[in-house]
Amino acid sequence: MTQATAQPLPTQSRPLVCETLVTLYFVMALVFFTVALTAGFVMALQLVYHNPLQGIELFSPGRWRMVHTNAIAYGFLSNAFLGVLHWSIPRLTMKPVLSVALSWFIFVAWQGIVLATAIGILYGQAQAVEWGETPVWIDPVAQLGLLLVCFNFGAPIVAMRGPMYVSLWYFGAAFVWTFLNYAMGNFLPQYFIPGTGAGAIMGLFIHDLVGLWVTPIGWGMMYYFVPILLKRPIWSHGLSLVGFWGLAFFYPLTGVHHFLYTPIPMFLQYGAVISTIAVEFVVTTVVINFFGTIWGVARKNLRENIPIRWFYTGMVLYFVTCFQCAFQTTLTFQKIIHFSDWVVGHAHLVMLGVFGFWVIGVMVYLFPRLLGTEWWSRSLLEWQFWLMVSGKILMFITLTIGGLVEGFAWYNLTPWIETVTMAVPFWAFRAFTGVLIYVGNLLFLINIVMTWLKREPKQPSLQAA
Amino acid sequence: MFETKSGVFLIAGLFFFAIAFLGNALVPMMMYRDLPELTAEQLVNPHVMEHFRDLSERYPESFEEHFVLGPTEENCAEALRLGRSVYVGEACWHCHSQFVRPVGNETVRWGPVAETWEYQNELQRPVLFGTRRVGPDLSREAARRSNDWHAAHFYRPVDTSPGSVMPEYPWLFDGAVYRPNKRGLALITYMQFLGTQLPTYPYYERWESDLDGLHPGVGIPKERWEQMQRAYRGAEEASTSASIEEDDNTDSPATEGDEKKEDAS
Repeated sequence: MTQATAQPLPTQSRPLVCETLVTLYFVMALVFFTVALTAGFVMALQLVYHNPLQGIELFSPGRWRMVHTNAIAYGFLSNAFLGVLHWSIPRLTMKPVLSVALSWFIFVAWQGIVLATAIGILYGQAQAVEWGETPVWIDPVAQLGLLLVCFNFGAPIVAMRGPMYVSLWYFGAAFVWTFLNYAMGNFLPQYFIPGTGAGAIMGLFIHDLVGLWVTPIGWGMMYYFVPILLKRPIWSHGLSLVGFWGLAFFYPLTGVHHFLYTPIPMFLQYGAVISTIAVEFVVTTVVINFFGTIWGVARKNLRENIPIRWFYTGMVLYFVTCFQCAFQTTLTFQKIIHFSDWVVGHAHLVMLGVFGFWVIGVMVYLFPRLLGTEWWSRSLLEWQFWLMVSGKILMFITLTIGGLVEGFAWYNLTPWIETVTMAVPFWAFRAFTGVLIYVGNLLFLINIVMTWLKREPKQPSLQAA
Repeated sequence: MFETKSGVFLIAGLFFFAIAFLGNALVPMMMYRDLPELTAEQLVNPHVMEHFRDLSERYPESFEEHFVLGPTEENCAEALRLGRSVYVGEACWHCHSQFVRPVGNETVRWGPVAETWEYQNELQRPVLFGTRRVGPDLSREAARRSNDWHAAHFYRPVDTSPGSVMPEYPWLFDGAVYRPNKRGLALITYMQFLGTQLPTYPYYERWESDLDGLHPGVGIPKERWEQMQRAYRGAEEASTSASIEEDDNTDSPATEGDEKKEDAS
C-alpha cells in the first residue's frame, strides 16, 4: 500500500500522525460506549419491569434511550472514526492534517458537543429528529464542528499527488455528505418544512447518517486495515469501484423507506424500496471483494489474528443485515414488521454488530502500537470477542423473532396490552444478551488499563503499519 | 472521473446527494406547498377545548396556579405547545407512533388512515410520525380516555394498564396523582388534541360494538374475520383488566362521542 510506493517521508518539523490524539479519541469512544451500553441496559430493564431508577426524572428510561442512540452514533462510533482518520489519512496521503492546533480544538469541541447533547437530552430538551436528538441550540455548533473536520482532513486529501486509494474515496465523499446531511436533517424539518415533507427529509437524514457517514468511513477503514493485516492487496479493484460508486448513487435515495405507508407520496416510497434493494446488490459486491481478499489464508488468520476476526465477523453480519434489509424494506414485509422489535434488532446488528465490531477490531490492532507494548492478556481479548459476538447474535435473533410475534399479534387485532406482555420474554432474553455485551466491554476496558499500566517508556513511534 | 478528487468530491459527494435531495425532499415539499401550515392557535377547536375545560374543573387548584386566566383558547394553545415539547423531551415518540397505516388492520384498531393535511401544522415541526410502537399509536387518541385516566396513567401506568412497560412520570405532578403540574396538564391537553382535527373523531379502543359496521381491512377472508371477532369478544369478556375505566366515566366526553360516532357512520 502506501509504504509500497516508497515515497520518502516528508521532512517536517512534526510527526505525520499525532498518536496521542488517536489514543485519546479511542479512549473517549470507549467512555461513551460504556455510557451507551449502560443507557441501553436501563431501557432494557424498564421493559422487563425491573428498572431500579423508576420515577427519577434525570434517569427516565425514555431520555436515556435517546442518550443511548446518540452516544453510540456521535460518542462511540464517530470518536473512534475520528481516531482512525487521524491514523490513516496522513499515511494514505503522505501529508499531515491541516493543523495540529485545529485537531486538538476539534477533539475538545467534539467531546463538548457530545456531552452537551447528553446533558441537554437528560434535561428534556431533545429535538424530535430520530438519531439527531441533539438539542436545537447545539445544532449550529455541531454544524460548524463538521465544517472544521472537513477542512482538517480535506486539506491533505486535496493537497496530495498521485492516485487516491479506495479508502480516500470513501472518506472524502463522507465528509461532503455528512456536512450536507447534518444541515438537511437538523435545520429543514425544524425551521423550514412542516409535516409530511419533513418526514421524507427526516427519513433521508436517518438513513444518510448510517449510509453516508458510518458506512463509508467504516468501509474506508476496512479497505485500509484489511490489506495491511493480511499483507495482501484487495482482491479486485473493479469491484472496489463498483462498490463505491454503487453506494454513492443508491444510498442517498433510500431514506424514505423508514416511513413506508405514511402520507409521503407512494411513488417516493416505491423509489426508496427499489433503491434499497439495489444497495443490497452493491453491498454484495463489496463483501465478495473482501472474501476474495482473505480467500486461501482465512483459516489461519481468523484463528490467530483477532482484529481480522473482528473485521470478518462484522462483514458476515453486514451481509446478514443487508440481506435482511432487502426483504424487510418491501411493502409486504413492512405490513408486519414495521414498528416492531424486528427493526430494533436490525439497527443493533448494524451499529454494534458491524461498525462497532470493526471499530473494536481496529482498537485491538492499534492499542499495542499506540502504547508501545503487547496486550496484557490475549485470553481476555478472546473472551471479549466471544462474549460480545454471541451476545450480539443472540440479541439479533431474539429481537427478530419477538418482532414477528408482535407484528402478527397486532395484525390479528390482539388487545394491545397483550401484545406487550407477549414481548416481555423476548425482552428478558434481550436484557441477558445485553449483559454478555456489557461484560465483554468491561473485559476490554480492564485489558486496556492493564496494558497501559505495564507499558514501558515509549519507544520512537512505530511507523510501520 | 471514477478515481479522481473531483469525481469523489463533486460527483459522488455533491451531485449524487443533490439528486437524492431533489427527488426525495424537494418533490414532497413542492407538492404540499399549497397546504396551509396551521399554528397552535388555529388548531384549538371545540373538542380539545372541552377537554381543557374539563381539566380546569377536575384539577382546579393546579389549573388556576398554572393557567391563571382559566381555560381560554390562548391558554389551550400554550398548553398544546408545551405538551408537545414534553412529548418530545420524554421520548414518547420513540414508543408511540402518530400515523395510521392502510395495512395491518390498523384502521380497525385506530381509525382512518393518516393523511398529509393532518400534519401541516406547527405541532408537527419536526413531524412526529415515529418508527416504533411499544405502546399504541396516538394519532387518534383524543377522547378515547378521560383526563383523569391520563393523569393516573402518567403517574403510574400499571394502575390503569396492568402489564404496561411504560415508565412512571411523577415529575409531571406536584407530589400526588390529583395534582398534575403545568407539564402534566399540558401533556394531557396534547393527548386530548390528537385526532380532534378529523371530522369523524373520536375513535375508541372498545371498537367491538362497531365491528359489524366497519370495513374489515383489505383482503381478509370473511370466515377469518368472523373468527377474529369471536376471539376478540371472548377475550374481552374473560379479561377484567382492559379499559374498564371508560364505563366508569359515563359523564366524560366519551359518551357524547359515542353518539357522534354513530351519526358519522
